Amino acid sequence: MSDAQWETLSNQGVAAAGVVYFLALLAYAVQWAALRDVPVGQPVAAGGGGVAVDVPDERVAERTEMAGRLGVLLTGIGALAHFLALVGRGMAADPNRVPWGNMYEFTLSGTFVVVALFLATTGRWRLSWLGPIVVGFVLCVLLADVLWLYEPVAPLTEALESYWLVIHVVAAVIATGAFTLGAITSILYLLKARSTKDKGYLARLPELATLDRISYRMHAFGFPVWTFGVLITGPIWAHQAWSSYWNWDPKEVWAFITWVVYAAYLHARATAGWRGRNAALLALVGAATLWFNFIGINFFSTTSQHSYAGGAAGTRSVVVGLAWPVETAQEVGVVVGSDHART
Amino acid sequence: MTDPLSRPSDDRQATALPIDLNARELGRWMWRQLTSMRTALVLLLLLALAAIPGSVFPQEDIDSLAVSQWRDDHPRLAPIWDRLDLFAVYGSPWFAAIYILLMISLVGCIIPRLFVYARALRARPPRAPRHLSRLPEHTSYATDEDPDVVLARAASVIRRRRFRVDWTAGQSDAVAAERGHLREAGNLLFHLAVIVVLVGVAIGSLFGYKGGVIMLNGKEHGFTNKLPLYDDFAPGSLFDPAVMEPFSFSITDFDVEWMTEGRRAGQARKFVAHLDYETEPGAETKQYDLRVNHPLSIGGTDVFLIGHGYAPVITIRDGEGNIAQTGPSVFLPTNAQTFESFGVVKAPDAQPTQIGLEGTFYPTFAMSKDADGNLSLPSSAFGNAIDPLVSLQVYTGDVGLDDGTSASVYVLDKSRATQLTKANGQPFRMDLRPGDTVTLPDGLGSVTFEGLERWNKIQISRTPGKLIALTGVVLALLGLLGSLFVRPRRLWVRARRQDDGTTLVEVARLDRSSGGDPETGRDELAEIVAALREATREDREVRA
Ligand code: HEM
Repeated sequence: MSDAQWETLSNQGVAAAGVVYFLALLAYAVQWAALRDVPVGQPVAAGGGGVAVDVPDERVAERTEMAGRLGVLLTGIGALAHFLALVGRGMAADPNRVPWGNMYEFTLSGTFVVVALFLATTGRWRLSWLGPIVVGFVLCVLLADVLWLYEPVAPLTEALESYWLVIHVVAAVIATGAFTLGAITSILYLLKARSTKDKGYLARLPELATLDRISYRMHAFGFPVWTFGVLITGPIWAHQAWSSYWNWDPKEVWAFITWVVYAAYLHARATAGWRGRNAALLALVGAATLWFNFIGINFFSTTSQHSYAGGAAGTRSVVVGLAWPVETAQEVGVVVGSDHART
Repeated sequence: MTDPLSRPSDDRQATALPIDLNARELGRWMWRQLTSMRTALVLLLLLALAAIPGSVFPQEDIDSLAVSQWRDDHPRLAPIWDRLDLFAVYGSPWFAAIYILLMISLVGCIIPRLFVYARALRARPPRAPRHLSRLPEHTSYATDEDPDVVLARAASVIRRRRFRVDWTAGQSDAVAAERGHLREAGNLLFHLAVIVVLVGVAIGSLFGYKGGVIMLNGKEHGFTNKLPLYDDFAPGSLFDPAVMEPFSFSITDFDVEWMTEGRRAGQARKFVAHLDYETEPGAETKQYDLRVNHPLSIGGTDVFLIGHGYAPVITIRDGEGNIAQTGPSVFLPTNAQTFESFGVVKAPDAQPTQIGLEGTFYPTFAMSKDADGNLSLPSSAFGNAIDPLVSLQVYTGDVGLDDGTSASVYVLDKSRATQLTKANGQPFRMDLRPGDTVTLPDGLGSVTFEGLERWNKIQISRTPGKLIALTGVVLALLGLLGSLFVRPRRLWVRARRQDDGTTLVEVARLDRSSGGDPETGRDELAEIVAALREATREDREVRA
């Protein structure tokens, strides 16, 4: 297959994933619509599905069960197409490479990890209730990605050709996915804690204590991975590429801030006994720093560069080293002379 | 241990300030506050908060030019910012205060826990609480076996599940067991490792250095690792030049591949600087291909390739026909894409007057058109030197250097120099391609663009302690995994003869992990009970 064909395949993969995720969303909608007017009865016996299906009407019960399964199945198929799209991006580049040369590809990978983590844990932790939210979220982000961030395939810049960077980014993306799922669960916790309804989606979520625990687990999984990515492999790569392992550039600073906030979160839970609402709020602060780093810093940093780079940009970059690039895959300027322009 | 439900931890909580205190009590109270969990939490969040300004305002040690720009743009705020160290956040006293307090708090927290842990390691599992059925995870069944038989079996079943078991036949009516000490070990390891990381980082920034040098390509432009030969040099505050390794190297050749097609046309890739180096004077010469992401390590020092550019070879002949200056002059890129570069050439020995040149080098000269289609500004179309041209303006008079002050070779001090102008008052400008010579007016001499050489920017750094820091983070990660995923838990099995002659067996479990989950607890409890009863059944079958 030629590079152009791979690129087309990748684009088709994204489109297919979008369509299938949308169908999954419809299936979930059918599932929840059937339950909309049914008040929540007795809690389901242990071992039941995640959704409290103890509906008097057998037919409704069967239908919701079916629709829920279909939803998960479609999510899985969507994830396959999504994965294909990622592979296509990598194969379309010459030389072949990992699919995170820019924001578009990074977002494509990040959303894939969110879905994959959901699929991997849904059986074990009974998360089928999370399905509609995850698919809805991923669909929205993918849409924004295609509309605003799309960029044609291009070869990686030199500084990105390092396997440390590959490990670094894989870890960062996985942790981002886990933290995102944790944040979603925390939001659901806060919403459910305020809701007094006995019908509808919130009422059918698992108990508050369970939501709290699932949120904790997502964070407990994400934190070591983030530590590994940001504080071990990141500095190793930075040392190879820029001659010092920690440079305090905005991307690093915010990765550090995220790390500290999540450490505070784990701390607050483990020692100060924070549970539920306070823990959820702290988790959301962490998620805010995480997403600000991913989205905000790029825009913000570009403008700040514009605002103080001015005519002196070139001289400055020579003084510091041709391009003093900003951390993280999607926009590392080449170290040896090339564009500062962020992709 | 009286109440097994309360976590037997000594996590300190902040306490209210008692009213009258002498100095010693006040000191103790403050120490308790500092090492309390709430303080640790506040300090952590404060550290995150304090890191923010450094990502908002330009930082002196990262981008000093941006800082001076910012100063120019905000003349009124700049002094205040200076006072607040906002241009050097990560080295500022207030930032240091936060992490030092955090470290003290950490030590104050962890050291006592180390002792507690050491004691706990040797301690026996805590005795069974009186009412096992009050624990959240418990179950019971009745059997007609003898209590001691049940307990003996329970002890072996639980021991096989790798619990630490405390039970002596005939002495107690309950088996007590405990497992998961590694969690606390992991937690201690993590926190101690944080200190190790900090020590490693501190060593690096105190004793290390980072310097840069712009090197012309060619065997004759070698570099020896001596302080005066650096262009810029940033040592740690305890840096001792005696530790600098006595290596030397030169760049024999530099390869770069310019992309002429595809989406990244105009960009360069595959930068390789071919080095000849000697680890010490007189050592054999070795070769190394220096590339991005592939630094050369010599002893504890690393050499990195971080930039490249052009050095036009320009010869200035003075009014008396003598060569006043010749050789490659480093021009610094002002555009990292097209390598349009700025530079100066000085001839302080020229007669009758000193000559200074200042101008722009275009690797691929082009005239860009303005909106009306008129050729206007000269520019460089491509980074590769396809049609190189240097465009220079001329200054005479005192161009510096005479008075012995070490002026930068990249700027021309024009304060005591006058610009050469044409008859119409316009600045005199000359555009030279390689081989061109232009004669200066007024018998000043001539300028020749002989050819082009290249230079590389090499970064050299020595960061002692980086392996300590790395070991620290790796240990921290291991500790963290233990601290997050090992589940410390206790188990008790009590068997008592009841009035009706049967034996009541109670099994209870206490999960001490944060985020422990009911399912695993239930499963573990069920498995143990099943194992206990399974054995009973086998027993009966044998007897039957
Ligand atoms: C650099 C600063 C610190 C970081 C990054 C940090 C991070 C952590 C993390 C990630 C945990 C694991 C939480 C869990 O088990 O779920 C933890 C636990 C703990 N931390 Fe810290 N911590 C820091 C400073 C401190 C300080 C200053 C203290 C003492 C005042 C402290 C005392 C503790 C204790 C006692 C635990 C054990 C919780 C348990 O019993 O499970 N830490 N810390």
